[in-house]
Amino acid sequence: MGASVDTNTSYLLKLFVAGDSSRTGLAVANLRHICEDEFPGCYELVIIDVLRHPGIAEENKILAAPTLIKERPLPVRRIIGDLSDKEKVLTGIGLLPPQR
Amino acid sequence: MTNLALPSLEKSATGIAGFDDISGGGLPRGRPTLLAGHAGSGKTLFALEFVLHGIEKFNEPGVFVSFEETPEELAVNFGSLGFDLFRHQAEKRLRILHINLDPQELIEAGEYDLDGLFLRLGAAIDATGARRIALDAVENLFSAFADLRILRAEFRRLMDWLKSKGITAVVTTERGTDTLTRHGLEEYIADCVVALDNRIEGQLATRRLRIVKYRGSSHGCDEYPFVLDRAGFSVIPITSAGMAYAVSTERLSSGCASLDEMLSGGFFRGSSLLVSGTSGTGKSSISAQVVDAACRRGERCLYIAFEESADQIERNMASIGFDLAQWRQAGLLRFHATRASSNGLETHLAMLTGLVNECQPQMVIIDPITAFNVSTDEERIKTMLVRAVDLFKSRGITSLFTALTYGGDAPEATSVAISSLVDVWLLLRNLESAGERTRGLYVCKARGIAHSNQIREFMLSETGIRLMDVLLDAEGRILTGSARLLRQRLDENEAQIRSAAAARRRAKLEDRRRVVETKIAAIRSEFEEELHALSEELEQEHTSSDQTTRTLAELAARRGRTSDGNKS
Repeated sequence: MGASVDTNTSYLLKLFVAGDSSRTGLAVANLRHICEDEFPGCYELVIIDVLRHPGIAEENKILAAPTLIKERPLPVRRIIGDLSDKEKVLTGIGLLPPQR
Repeated sequence: MTNLALPSLEKSATGIAGFDDISGGGLPRGRPTLLAGHAGSGKTLFALEFVLHGIEKFNEPGVFVSFEETPEELAVNFGSLGFDLFRHQAEKRLRILHINLDPQELIEAGEYDLDGLFLRLGAAIDATGARRIALDAVENLFSAFADLRILRAEFRRLMDWLKSKGITAVVTTERGTDTLTRHGLEEYIADCVVALDNRIEGQLATRRLRIVKYRGSSHGCDEYPFVLDRAGFSVIPITSAGMAYAVSTERLSSGCASLDEMLSGGFFRGSSLLVSGTSGTGKSSISAQVVDAACRRGERCLYIAFEESADQIERNMASIGFDLAQWRQAGLLRFHATRASSNGLETHLAMLTGLVNECQPQMVIIDPITAFNVSTDEERIKTMLVRAVDLFKSRGITSLFTALTYGGDAPEATSVAISSLVDVWLLLRNLESAGERTRGLYVCKARGIAHSNQIREFMLSETGIRLMDVLLDAEGRILTGSARLLRQRLDENEAQIRSAAAARRRAKLEDRRRVVETKIAAIRSEFEEELHALSEELEQEHTSSDQTTRTLAELAARRGRTSDGNKS
């Protein structure tokens, strides 16, 4: 279903993509970079292809692709786009670098 | 051989009352139609009815995509229309897709597309086998997403995608302040654009619909009033009834012999009558007369009263000899008293249509049609009247409208706009002469009827309406009221004088005859006297000659044998 990167974390991120497009590839790469750069080892990333799972878009109320949903910690936040704007991803999602 | 006939545009009937008439059969099949209107103008209802009629009437399953209301809200808001949204959904012929768009939830970071939306729509379309789809209030999409460049491209892609699926779509959107749509969506939906309008005029809301554009099809270009009521969305097309109604040659009596005479036998069944006049000229009385006559024939009448209550009309008409209450009790007469200002024109029209359907009358009275003047301009009243007349004519209903004209206007002028629509126009006017005001009536027009050109003085009495013969003075002015009475009196005097003179001459002649006869008698007796004398003279002469003969015979006998005795 997706790629689980790390289980020892309080962050749960779900990335909904539509098919294996270049935009999908860009979004996945961007997200991985951000996660690794900002909070390595403490996040769980699930990548879901809405085209491969009928009903999943409806269930998760997905309109745009790609859509990133931060499910944990609360509040749930949604970010759409290929995530090429790192600043917007971080501030928009409220996912600040962990205080270590 | 190539077929030279142009391929005709296939249409999807909406099933919305009146709309299919003005659009020549519905919306372009397999293409999207843009429906633009202000908030509360009826967009959602139009879109929903389009989908639901598709399911119920045309066996076309559908998807209703709501960017605003939830399926529960829709079911509550539109359940009263008689559509069973839940059943259709359970039967998989309808899918209501609620797409919640909260702009604050979304943060945009980079390029994206709306594949998620396409996927969800696609799933709903596939699940139902939809041939119709409605996207209700797409401007919500535009306010939910910040990147308009992306959104425009995606919207265009969405329309192309629906077209490629051959689905007939209705896309609703809010109207812009100066533009048809807030986001210029007419650029993307070019096949058919319909605008809804909800104007407030004179504190009354008036809903109107206009087909702005319909590529490849002719369509009605006017603004058509429409109503939203228990029966749903209905457009009231000017030409819906068409001009193809059957006409009757049956003449109906107005109930007033002299008025019938002016119309050489009454008006036609199913025709429309206008009775106009200034205040107090007797419009309602004429109406009552016509109603009374119709009820006497056993016809059902519907009396729409905008200025008086039913009881008040009955009381007032009883004073001039019309017992309308009996007809109401007999179930032949139905009053509907309402204020013109209580509703917009089309609500009234819808009310009228409803009442006509309900009581199936043979005659309808609207008293007065000008009650709308207060809040509406004449052009709109005319539009409404056209529709009303069409409604009545298409059902063979005889209709009578009264129209109030104002003292300052030429009585013919104010009603011109509506008078062109009616078949018979009776004009009532106050006639002033010799310090008196009386009522005059004339037939301004009567289609297909030879009619009198005279102005008749018209009188209201306890026994109804009476039209008096016209009297003209030496200058050709009509005489009414006491002037007419005076003239009648004078005429009578003159006749008396004339007859007295004749009597005198007759007496004189009689005298002369007597004189002549006396003279004749005298001459006759003179003559007879002479005759008598003469005959006596002759008698005497005759007697004496007889004597002589006898004497001679005696003398002969005495002599012996006469010549006679010789023989024996």
